[in-house]
Amino acid sequence: MRKTSVLKRLVPALAGAAATALLLSACGGSTVNQAAAADGSKTACGTVNVAMNAWVGYTANAAVYSYVAKEKLGCNVVQKDLNEQIAWQGFSSGEVDIIIENWGHDDLVKQYITEQAVAVDAGPTGNKGRIGWYVPPWLAKAHPDILDSKNLNKYASLLKTSESGGKGQLLDGDPAFVTNDEALVKNLGLDFKVVYSGSEAALIQSFRAAEKNKTPLLGYFYEPQWFLAEVPLVKVNLPKWTAGCDAEPEKVACDYPDYTLNKIISKKFSDSGSPAAKLVKAFTWTNADQDSVATDIQKGMAPEAAAKKWVDAHPQQVDAWLK
Amino acid sequence: MSATLIELEKTSGTEPAPAKLPRRRLSRRALLLLSAAVVWIAGFVFLHGTGTLALPTSELTDLHRSLNHFNSWVASNRDDNPVFLYLLSPLRSAVDAVAAVFTTVFAASSIGLGLPEIGWLGTVALLGWIAFAVGNARVALLTVAVFTFFGLQGLFVEAAHTFALVVTAVLLSLLVGLPMGVLAGVSGRVEKIITPVLDFMQILPTFVYLAPLALVFLIGPASAVIATVIYAAPPIIRLTAHGIRGIPENTREASDSLGTTSLQRLFTLQIPMAKRTIVMGINQGTMAALSMVTIAALIAAPGLGQVVVRALQSLDVGTAVNAGLSIVLMAIMLDRVTTAASERALPATQRRRSRVSRRTRMIVVGATFALVLMLVQLSRTMLWAARFPQEVNLGPAITGGVDNASEWLQTHLFLLTGAFREAVTLAFLNPFQTAVTETPFFIMFAALALVAYAFGGWKLTALVLACLTMIIYLGLWGDAMVTLASTLVATVIVMVLGIVFGVAMGRSSRFDKLMRPVLDAGQTLPAFVYLVPFLGLFGATRFTAIIAGVIYAAPAAIKIMADGISGVSPTVVEAAVASGSTPWQVITKVQLPMARKSLGLAANQGLIYVLAMVVVGALVGAGGLGYDVVAGFVQSSLFGKGLAAGLAIVFLGILLDRITQAAAFTAPSRSLSTAQPTTTKEA
Repeated sequence: MRKTSVLKRLVPALAGAAATALLLSACGGSTVNQAAAADGSKTACGTVNVAMNAWVGYTANAAVYSYVAKEKLGCNVVQKDLNEQIAWQGFSSGEVDIIIENWGHDDLVKQYITEQAVAVDAGPTGNKGRIGWYVPPWLAKAHPDILDSKNLNKYASLLKTSESGGKGQLLDGDPAFVTNDEALVKNLGLDFKVVYSGSEAALIQSFRAAEKNKTPLLGYFYEPQWFLAEVPLVKVNLPKWTAGCDAEPEKVACDYPDYTLNKIISKKFSDSGSPAAKLVKAFTWTNADQDSVATDIQKGMAPEAAAKKWVDAHPQQVDAWLK
Repeated sequence: MSATLIELEKTSGTEPAPAKLPRRRLSRRALLLLSAAVVWIAGFVFLHGTGTLALPTSELTDLHRSLNHFNSWVASNRDDNPVFLYLLSPLRSAVDAVAAVFTTVFAASSIGLGLPEIGWLGTVALLGWIAFAVGNARVALLTVAVFTFFGLQGLFVEAAHTFALVVTAVLLSLLVGLPMGVLAGVSGRVEKIITPVLDFMQILPTFVYLAPLALVFLIGPASAVIATVIYAAPPIIRLTAHGIRGIPENTREASDSLGTTSLQRLFTLQIPMAKRTIVMGINQGTMAALSMVTIAALIAAPGLGQVVVRALQSLDVGTAVNAGLSIVLMAIMLDRVTTAASERALPATQRRRSRVSRRTRMIVVGATFALVLMLVQLSRTMLWAARFPQEVNLGPAITGGVDNASEWLQTHLFLLTGAFREAVTLAFLNPFQTAVTETPFFIMFAALALVAYAFGGWKLTALVLACLTMIIYLGLWGDAMVTLASTLVATVIVMVLGIVFGVAMGRSSRFDKLMRPVLDAGQTLPAFVYLVPFLGLFGATRFTAIIAGVIYAAPAAIKIMADGISGVSPTVVEAAVASGSTPWQVITKVQLPMARKSLGLAANQGLIYVLAMVVVGALVGAGGLGYDVVAGFVQSSLFGKGLAAGLAIVFLGILLDRITQAAAFTAPSRSLSTAQPTTTKEA
């Protein structure tokens, strides 16, 4: 009995509410339908899936590409936050079309380009990648001779930390990074231990603290990287790289080569003839370009706004990509 | 992690404790433990550096190489293997469909303006109403306030995405977990089989299976949801089984004597009586699901986790904290709502009688539902009710404030924190780690076997030796010992904090109230949020990793201790006070000994929670197994080693869990009486 009495009260209440809602929606303010009607005008370029790898330089490339594809070609750009390995996997499952800054990755190139043939190289981005050992500027100034790898042993005790087991510490970064550091330390006869910080954030934060607090630090780093605009780290000279000196990973005793960063796109996307595919193949710029966008993003600007700023300032370059 | 694992034992029968015996010679157990220590120290002194089985970070074993093929095997079989075609692909589509429903309802549709089916105003109203219907007016108000606050933070859409994902994952976990839990509750054999599987699901780091998952279920909501379900279902299964098992024997017999069939018994007696425990399982499952938010972001799941992960890239502490705050608030809200629901699920006789009658309540629920429908309709038609107004945005204020605070901390405290880190590392961590890693493996085997025998007899010894052998087989003994050392040091810190704060909270309910939200935040704030400022303070070191583990694990230990202390019978405490004991004496002579079981439980949970942070710790310099797991996640050539390291973490976890459980629960109690924690607040 109780239930029916509640129901009796409910029905008129519901009816009243529904009527009020309809009445209310009829008057005042812009409605969802109006806004939708105003928005629906887009040309067909299709959907482009851009993998977003986790560093700001990459974000800069992707932001500018996405902005141009969206604004000039009318594409629907979908950005997917993925790490490098999973982004490559996405080529084979058809869920990623573009990786817009690729650092080497010979194993993945072999697996997905040579063996599975689901991805293709879309040419260089124009950025030069450089890997090496760096020290904070104050340390380079205080001890200029630290910049030669031959003198590093002299500073081993200075660079000792609680983590390095009595030897000097060489701080490495994210496990995803290309590194020969353990072999280098051994083959150059250095009294150092490679300590793995475990992430890019940890590496950058360590260098930032080292410069601010004037504590000694030697670590793996690379350019282009927005952080170098904040703290201009100084590169330590390792024995010069020559072709083939790093052929055998265990015997490497020379510096890292310069990397030509390139774009990788899925085979299907490449063959589709989409204007977005043409755009990604034509996309090139310099380290300075990337740094300027990356620094804006780093300072808190939205990637899209930073991209717009750069595109507006470089109309000719963008036009050349679209030709 | 396996918070629930213990609760099973916690409420189960308490054997009558013998009265305190006069002090005698050392017990057999003490002798065994002492000899374990002697074996270990002697082994270290005479044989250190031999048989350490250390494997350099960049090297692989043959086992690791063969495990590497798993990924390429999946890639080459995905298109034609029947398992993929007829089982996994339909499963993915189904999960995707469910996720899409919730996402389009609450967060965003894929067409037009991308507005959800129900705008912010409708979402706030509807969820507030649901909270009221299943809980009470207080949690309803909390829900409305929290969701409105998301909007003020400028994160409403992200929060709605996260909410949709969590709801999807919890629903699917229930779909899998409830039947499994019932089955495990009814049949002891099923429970025996399922327990190690649940241990695996809870301890195996997500990073290990995230990449293969994304390969099988593709990048997108399905993978994120399934990864979350793997982590969220175990507590639901365990607590459901526990609830059904926990029904008193005589009640069951009474029902049996009336001639009920087992199916009737299940539906008329066991499930209704276990309702409250089952709802607690849903609570734990929801918390677990929410803790996967940042991990899911690594395979492109939209929401708050993505904001945190992106902020970490540019070391943007403010933005990360802003989004982290949303996650914490959502967790607290979901926790309070499900707790209120579990109280409502109690049989009416056990519940506090509420002031409003059932009838009035029904009328209010009905009437407010009408109002909710109206607001939902409004949010579907009017733009201001659909999209949260941008004009009021506290986001930048929060972000800026946090940035300044973190900057100030890092500038002014660095010397202090740096010195503190050095002191702790050099005085405790380094010597202890050396003692663990430099001791030959066979000595560690012997020492741990003795410890296991002391607490759990032959059965436990066999299990411990099996786990250790597996770690050796996986080729990661050295890294496992590095991880073990840090884990133990962190657990000691956790226990100190647990005792200090637990006692304080157990003795003062005002302090308890004050601390609870802080503890909730510690448990639910994604570690990624506070890693950056900690890196600034402590550098990329094992110490930072230990601190991260402590922040995550200490709240659980503190809560358990607080519950244990407040569960000590007040008459006993009063008697002690009346007989002239000082507060210190009351704590050390009465309250702590009587809460002895809680102490063991806190140590067990502390260990397991610390172990759950091993992978996160590796992101800030911990090395060890965690680093191998992270490396396996990001480099395909190291996948096999990462998988092996993940398995090693599982074996380490099972080993530590079983030893501490045995130590905590099968101990012949020397305490004055049965000090049993009576309240089971969320651990």
